[in-house]
Amino acid sequence: MAVRKNQSTLTSTEKREFIDAVLGLKRSGRYDEFVRTHNAFIMGDTDQGERVGHRSPSFLPWHRKFLLEFEQELQRIIPSVALPYWDWSTDRTPASSLWATDFLGGDGRSRDGQVMAGPFANLAGNWSIDTQVDTRPFLRRALGGGGRALPTRADIEAVLAVETYDAPPWNSTSRGFRNLIEGWRGVNLHNRVHVWVGGHMATGASPNDPVFWLHHAFIDKLWADWQTRHPASPYLPETPTENVVDLDSTMRPWNDVTPRDMLDHTRFYTFDT
Amino acid sequence: MRTRRRFLRGGTAVLAAVAVAGTTASVLDEESARVNRTGQGRPPRGEAGEPFDETYKGRRIQGWPTDHGHHGTGSGYRVLIDGTELHVMLNGDGTWVSLIDHYEVFATPRALARSAVDNLAGADLVPRPAHR
Repeated sequence: MAVRKNQSTLTSTEKREFIDAVLGLKRSGRYDEFVRTHNAFIMGDTDQGERVGHRSPSFLPWHRKFLLEFEQELQRIIPSVALPYWDWSTDRTPASSLWATDFLGGDGRSRDGQVMAGPFANLAGNWSIDTQVDTRPFLRRALGGGGRALPTRADIEAVLAVETYDAPPWNSTSRGFRNLIEGWRGVNLHNRVHVWVGGHMATGASPNDPVFWLHHAFIDKLWADWQTRHPASPYLPETPTENVVDLDSTMRPWNDVTPRDMLDHTRFYTFDT
Repeated sequence: MRTRRRFLRGGTAVLAAVAVAGTTASVLDEESARVNRTGQGRPPRGEAGEPFDETYKGRRIQGWPTDHGHHGTGSGYRVLIDGTELHVMLNGDGTWVSLIDHYEVFATPRALARSAVDNLAGADLVPRPAHR
């Protein structure tokens, strides 16, 4: 059983194995299938129509399944690898070891946003952007661009305190835990982190930056933390609802997995804390 | 001659945009009526955004309302940067996101187009791949 650890506690061997597995997936072409799938869902999920991966109750179970598939692909390359998570409320500056050259590499340079160091710098020869939104073939970042700040622990606590999972109209205007953590309403957790990283992470093709997985692994952990705090709060909606995935309906693109199947993460992995 | 052609082309685009906006208004009225009848949701405020056509930081940005859901964007609005379509989406509260800024909302499609130009820093958009 995989144990997902805080990225700040990884040994240098664990970091190297994670990087090697990600680069192996990129070489095989399989990595870009994940980028394309995410991009297709983010463009297709609308507030007014069918929505599965984003701006809807299934945002959390959809990403849990998406990360599981990715983690399983990594483990086919290096079996001991687990997805680390990034607690951005603690490791909240570009000086964090997360952005060091032995892990994800640093900020983009100011002229064009190009990441110049680390294993995912285009100059290192192993990371070209093949699923593009624009013509630039290199990974881009603008950490904290525009003077933005990452969410604080107090912001997280405010969201975890909300008792109701989600609410009609089950989209980006909803009140409830899911939309507060996704960030379309309130203090804004998940969306704000994408914007803080900038570059590819701000776009629909955000998995082009490997930090995508560490960000979502922490969002996923916060869902588990919320469940622990509110054991009587169910996933909503529990009954068939137009355009939305209810508890027992299957989610695209897999079509054989429901939100109920994803509720208990301990079937698949545990966390270090 | 080049300048004159550019001017004419721009003029045609604006005329076409105005014509499209005219048709869109009635489509939107029907949509609002349907939404009100069924009692589901509410007509989004920003949907019938004004057309625009300007040069921003040396890039031509254009936007105009379209038939609801045309081009598969579900937005009822098209935005071009130097003639290439930028995927945009209307949120339930009338704000907008684009493919370039998909986690940050903008009050108008014009603001979203300008932000995309800032982000592109001179690079070109990749035309949207065909649906699989």
